[in-house]
Amino acid sequence: MPTSAMQRARKKQRRGEIDENVRAIGLFVLSLVIFLGFWEIGARSGWFSKGMPTASLTLQELWWWVTNPFFNNGPNDLGIGWNLLVSLRRVAIGYLAASLIAVPLGILIGISPVASKAFNPYVQLLKPVSPLAWLPIGLYLFRDSEKTGIFIIMISSIWPTLVNTAFGVANVSKDYLNVAKTLGASQWRTVTRVIIPAALPNIIAGLRISMGIAWLVIVAAEMLLGTGLGYFIWNEWNNLYIPNILVAIIVIGFVGILLDQMFAYAERAVSFGGKSE
Amino acid sequence: MSLSTESPGESTGTTPQSESAFVAGDIQVSMRNVSKVFAGRTGWLNRITGKTSADFLAIDNVNIDIERNTFVSIIGPSGCGKSTLLNIIAGLSEASAGDVMMDGQPIEGPGPDRGMVFQNYALMPWMTVEENIRFAVETVHPTMSPADLKDVVREHIQLVGLAGAERKHPQELSGGMRQRVGIARALAIDPQILLMDEPFGALDALTRGFLQEEIERIWERKRKTAIMITHSIDEALLLSDRIILMTRGPAAKIDEVLDVPFDRPRDREAVEAHPAYRELKHEMEQHLFRETRAVEASRLS
Repeated sequence: MPTSAMQRARKKQRRGEIDENVRAIGLFVLSLVIFLGFWEIGARSGWFSKGMPTASLTLQELWWWVTNPFFNNGPNDLGIGWNLLVSLRRVAIGYLAASLIAVPLGILIGISPVASKAFNPYVQLLKPVSPLAWLPIGLYLFRDSEKTGIFIIMISSIWPTLVNTAFGVANVSKDYLNVAKTLGASQWRTVTRVIIPAALPNIIAGLRISMGIAWLVIVAAEMLLGTGLGYFIWNEWNNLYIPNILVAIIVIGFVGILLDQMFAYAERAVSFGGKSE
Repeated sequence: MSLSTESPGESTGTTPQSESAFVAGDIQVSMRNVSKVFAGRTGWLNRITGKTSADFLAIDNVNIDIERNTFVSIIGPSGCGKSTLLNIIAGLSEASAGDVMMDGQPIEGPGPDRGMVFQNYALMPWMTVEENIRFAVETVHPTMSPADLKDVVREHIQLVGLAGAERKHPQELSGGMRQRVGIARALAIDPQILLMDEPFGALDALTRGFLQEEIERIWERKRKTAIMITHSIDEALLLSDRIILMTRGPAAKIDEVLDVPFDRPRDREAVEAHPAYRELKHEMEQHLFRETRAVEASRLS
């Protein structure tokens, strides 16, 4: 019977999916319990270094900070929500500036082999430099911690977008370009209607990596800046209160996931159904 | 139609009548002593790295005249420079020597007077069927009114039998349907010549046969000059008025030109029942077998 066969197949498929998810969640919960239990017992019986907070204390602190995000008792006692917003604002400005430079420049480099060869040495030289190396330069140039933070975000997050955009543009299928040529399309039309859409998956992938780097760099950059999540961590280190540092790490991680998922969604939206034909 | 593989100096005995028979208006595309060389790697840098390679003569001194409103197929063994020849006519590739003229004007680059159908369809995957065709028409006629634009697009979607698939993306379509879009796009810009580079090469046999008949039907409507590259003898016989047989590369030449006398409009059964069919097919098979065998032999040695 075809219908009953179909039902059976569908049932089997569904059971397989449920099975897999249930097992994955089970394994996740189990590993989490083991990890937290090891942490709790270890901290209580002094296996780790002196003053290591327990898991329960850390989770209590996390709950307190997350439920009281917005209070302001001066720069050294600021709700984590305010710090998060300050960090996000810096990232947004620096990242936007980086993207506005990287995408057009990447398109230019991708289109023109001459530009590619001419600018490649700069990219290769500057790309591997640690974001922290820029910190003194930023402070010296701008004499302002806010601008320096944004500058460091910008200069660190420019490279993945630039390299990916140039790669995507340079590797646009020759067929698409031949179509544009046989139609007599202008250079402008070819770039805007053919090259950019064809390279968009690569451009978005570059923007996603850049966003990850921008978020990665902000904590390091802010340690010397006086506000933001990075400063929050630095401040708690000076107070030698480790639970709050762990709280900040968890918050940073979750926000990073959210930012990354936004780009994962955008990537799927421009992937042409997974095919490039 | 006149084709000769010899240079004009050698061919005095055979061609004077046909050459004098050319009336300027009849010939739409003419290639005179056209050769194509792909330059090898030379120079000291390549020599140091051991990457030098010799120049490659793809096409050697080819002469072709294509009359207006005929369907011409170019057939030959793999790697004989068929696609190179078509790309030269399309303006995507430049002849190394010789003259290529269209309507008395030298071909200096690609242009919308020649519509191209690509072997791998070359549809933009981020555009729907409708958008792919509209992009072509809009590019060629930037001042066309939106209403006219819509009409042209709709007319050509209907022409290739894709009504209902307007809003689908290419990756949702089968290979045969994709190539229909490719054909509609090429025709929608109303070109003087239709160029097709192995348009059915990537399709399975059944779809291929079906689309060949579609092409025949569509071509009968306007009978625009068409030049098609193909590997398939049946395809060439069904569609063409003239079949150009090319020799194997390198230094490919034109071996022979066959006139296909079947009445139009054609259908496969009538074509296959025609008395001349067997002889033409036999002639082409012999040519292709001979050339392909020689290609294989040269690879072994």
